Amino acid sequence: MTDHHSDIDSVSGKSTTGHEWDGIKELNTPLPRWWVITFYLTIVWAIAYWIVYPAWPLIASNTTGMFGYSSRADVAVELANLEKIRGGKMVALGAASLADIEKDPALLALARAKGKTVFGDNCAPCHGSGGAGAKGYPNLNDDDWLWGGTLDQIMQTIQFGARSGHAKTHEGQMLAFGKDGVLKGDEIVTVANYVRSLSGLSTRNGFDAAKGEKIFAENCVACHGDGGKGNQEMGAPNLTDKIWLYGSDEASLVETISQGRAGVMPAWEGRLDPATIKAMAVYVHSLGGGK
Amino acid sequence: MNKTVNPKDLTSDGDGPLYAAHKKVYPQSVSGTFRRIKWGLMAICLGVYYFLPFVRWNRGLGAPSQAVLIDLPNSRFYFFFIELWPQEVYYFTGLLIVAAVALFLMNSVGGRIWCGYLCPQTVWTDVFYAVERLIEGDRRERMKKDKSSDPMKLERISEIVLKHSIWLLIAWWTGGAWVLYFNDAPTLVKELVTFQAPMIAYIWIGILTATTYVLAGFMREQVCTYMCPWPRIQAALTDEWALNVTYRYDRGEKRTSVKKAAELRALGQQVGDCVDCYQCVAVCPTGIDIRNGPQLECIQCGLCIDACDNVMTKIGRPKRLIGYDNDINIQRRQDGKAPVYKIVRARTVVYSAIIAAVGGFMIYTLATRSLLDVNVLHDRNPVAVKLSDGSIRNAYTVRLLNKSGYDRVIAIDAEGPVNLTMHVVGADSVTPDRPMIVIPRDSTSELRLLVTAPAENNPDKSIPVRFHVMDIGLGVAATATDNFVAP
Ligand code: SF4
Ligand code: SF4
Repeated sequence: MTDHHSDIDSVSGKSTTGHEWDGIKELNTPLPRWWVITFYLTIVWAIAYWIVYPAWPLIASNTTGMFGYSSRADVAVELANLEKIRGGKMVALGAASLADIEKDPALLALARAKGKTVFGDNCAPCHGSGGAGAKGYPNLNDDDWLWGGTLDQIMQTIQFGARSGHAKTHEGQMLAFGKDGVLKGDEIVTVANYVRSLSGLSTRNGFDAAKGEKIFAENCVACHGDGGKGNQEMGAPNLTDKIWLYGSDEASLVETISQGRAGVMPAWEGRLDPATIKAMAVYVHSLGGGK
Repeated sequence: MNKTVNPKDLTSDGDGPLYAAHKKVYPQSVSGTFRRIKWGLMAICLGVYYFLPFVRWNRGLGAPSQAVLIDLPNSRFYFFFIELWPQEVYYFTGLLIVAAVALFLMNSVGGRIWCGYLCPQTVWTDVFYAVERLIEGDRRERMKKDKSSDPMKLERISEIVLKHSIWLLIAWWTGGAWVLYFNDAPTLVKELVTFQAPMIAYIWIGILTATTYVLAGFMREQVCTYMCPWPRIQAALTDEWALNVTYRYDRGEKRTSVKKAAELRALGQQVGDCVDCYQCVAVCPTGIDIRNGPQLECIQCGLCIDACDNVMTKIGRPKRLIGYDNDINIQRRQDGKAPVYKIVRARTVVYSAIIAAVGGFMIYTLATRSLLDVNVLHDRNPVAVKLSDGSIRNAYTVRLLNKSGYDRVIAIDAEGPVNLTMHVVGADSVTPDRPMIVIPRDSTSELRLLVTAPAENNPDKSIPVRFHVMDIGLGVAATATDNFVAP
C-alpha cells in the first residue's frame, strides 16, 4: 500500500487510490463535492424525518413524531370538507320539490348524478345497473308501472317499498289459483290463453274464448280490472300491453296463475336520507319511463 | 517504454487537453451592431415575458379580462381574441410544429440564431452578466477580484451581497411573472404581497426563482455546452449554405503584430489581418476561440464580430474579419472567386412552405371553428327499451358545448330513415317533438334525450340517426350521428 496522495499516475498525472491488482492501479477520482454534500444532506433529512414524522413501527403502535401528524387525520379532515361541500348542495336538493328539481337544469344534473351512484349501490342488484330489470324485476326504463310512474309515485315506492313490511308499504298480491285449489288445470290453461289474447298474442288451437272471459270475470277482474287494464292501487299489472314482468308465454302464465306472485321491493326510508331518496326518484323518473 | 507524458500535452484528437478543469469565463463588455441587436431582442423578450400578464382584454362581463391567461381550474386558454377549450388543445400541436420548423428555418438561414439571441438561457445569462459587470466591473477587474487572496474587505462583501440580491430579485420576478399567466395578474399580485395567494403560487415562484438564479447566475455557458441537446441536433440541421459566425482565416492568417504587419505590408507582402489581440476570445460568453473554426460551444451570438470589428477599425483594416459566412465562401475566396449567398434554396423553401401550410391551416380552422358543438353518447344499458304500446325507445346522453360569449337557445332534431319522436328530460318544449334548451354562454350542458320509434314503423335492425342542434336565434348549427338500435 502506497499513500494514495503521493502515488501519481504517470500517464494522467492524477493520484491513484493506492490499490494495485496485477499491476493495474485505479485512479483516484473522488465524487464531486456537491454530490457528497447532497448525500450527507439526505442522511440528515432522513434522521430529521424520523424525529418529526411518524416513522418507526413499535410492537403495538408506532413512533408518533414531534407534532403528532397522522395521515388518517388528514383524510378525516378532507372527508369532512367534502361532506361540507356536498352537504350544501344536498340541502338545496332536499328543500326543492320533485317537480322543481326536474325543471332546474343544475338540480336535475345533481340529482341524476347522485341518484345514479346510489342506484348503483342499492338498486342495481335487482334492477340492473342501468335499471333494465330482469324477469320478476321491473324494467325502470319503460313506461309500464305497477305502482305508478309519476315522480311522486316513484318516490313513494322507493320510500316505502312493496310488500316490504313497512307500515305504509304497497300491498296486494297475485293469488295462487292453482295451488289454493280455486281453479283447475284446464281452467288455468284457458284463462292463460285468454290473457294472451288481451294483448293480441296468439292463442292455442281450440281455445274457448267465452269460457276464458267468464273465468277472468269471476276471478281476475277484481284486481286487474275490466278488460285487464290493471290497477296501480294494488300493483296489478296491465295485461293488455306489450310488457310482461314474468313472461308472456303460456307456460309462464300458467305458472303465474297457479303459483301466484308477490315480488318484494324493500323500503328505503330510514336506510337512505330523504334528499338521497329524492335524488333517486328523480333519477329513476328521468330514465325515461316516467309519466 | 513507460515514457512519462505531461498531462497538459495529452489530447484526445489533437485539439485540446484530455483532462481540463472548468475555467470560469469572464466575458468582456463590447459594443457594436450585434451587441445592439442583442440588447434590443433582450428588451423585447423580457418586456413581453414580464408585462404580458398585465395586458387587459375586454371579453364582457363575467369573463376574464386578461389578454393571455391559462385558466386551469376552468380548463380554458385565453389568447387575446381566441378562447380555447380543452378539446382544442390540438392547436398547440400545430403551434409546436410551426415552432419546430421555424427553428429549422432559422438554422438553415443563419445558424444558431435561436441560441445566440432568443434562447431564455442566453437572455437571462446576458442580463445577469450585465448586473455583474455593473457592480464588479469589467473582465480584468472581476478576474483580479476573484484571484485576490486578501481577506474580504467590507467593500468587496457588500459588492457580492448587492450582486446576489439583484440576481435574486430578477430571478424572483421571473418566477412571479410565470404564475401571473395562470391567474388574474393584478389580483394575484395583491394576494402575493398580502400573503393571501394559494400555496402553489409561492411554490412555483420558489422553483423558478431557484432555477433562474442557478442557471443564469452559476451554470451559464455550461448549460449550453453540457446540458442542452440542441448544439448536437443543430449540427444535423445546418448545411454548407447556412451563415455561421466564422473566422475568415483566408484573410486573417498568418497572424502578426500590428507593427510587423505594417512593415511587411509596406514591402508589398501578403499579411494576415488578425493581430492576435485576443479580443474575440475575451468577449466570448462561452470562453472559446472562434479562430479555431466552428465549435460546438459557440452559440453564435456575434459578440466576437463586434469585438474584432472594433479592432479592425482601430488599425484601419476592413471590418468583418470575423463575420456571418458559410463554408462555401471560404473556399471560393481562396480560389479567388466572389462569395455567393443563397437564402432561397430547396431547404428554406420547403421549411417556409411547411410553416405557411400549417400556420394557414391553423388560422383557417380557428377562423371557421364552430362555437357550438354537440357530442352524443348512446345508452348502453339498456341499449333499447320496448314500451307498453310496442314502440321502441333509445336513450342518449347529449353534451352541448356553447363556446360563445352569449346564452344560446338551442333546438334539437333527430332525423332517421323512420319517423322518430323525441323528448328531452327536464326540457320545456315549445313543440313536443322539438325540444328547446337554453345553454348558458361559455359552458356545457348535458341532456338526456329519449328518442322513440312508433310501433307501426319499428325498425328491425339498427338505423342511423342524426342529431341536429341549432341556435334558433343565430342559425348556427352542429350535427352528430349515432345509431338507433332495435332490441
Ligand atoms: S465564438 Fe463568437 S459567436 Fe461564438 S459564442 Fe463566442 S462570441 Fe459568440
Ligand atoms: S479580435 Fe480579430 S484581430 Fe483580434 S485576435 Fe480576434 S480575430 Fe484576431
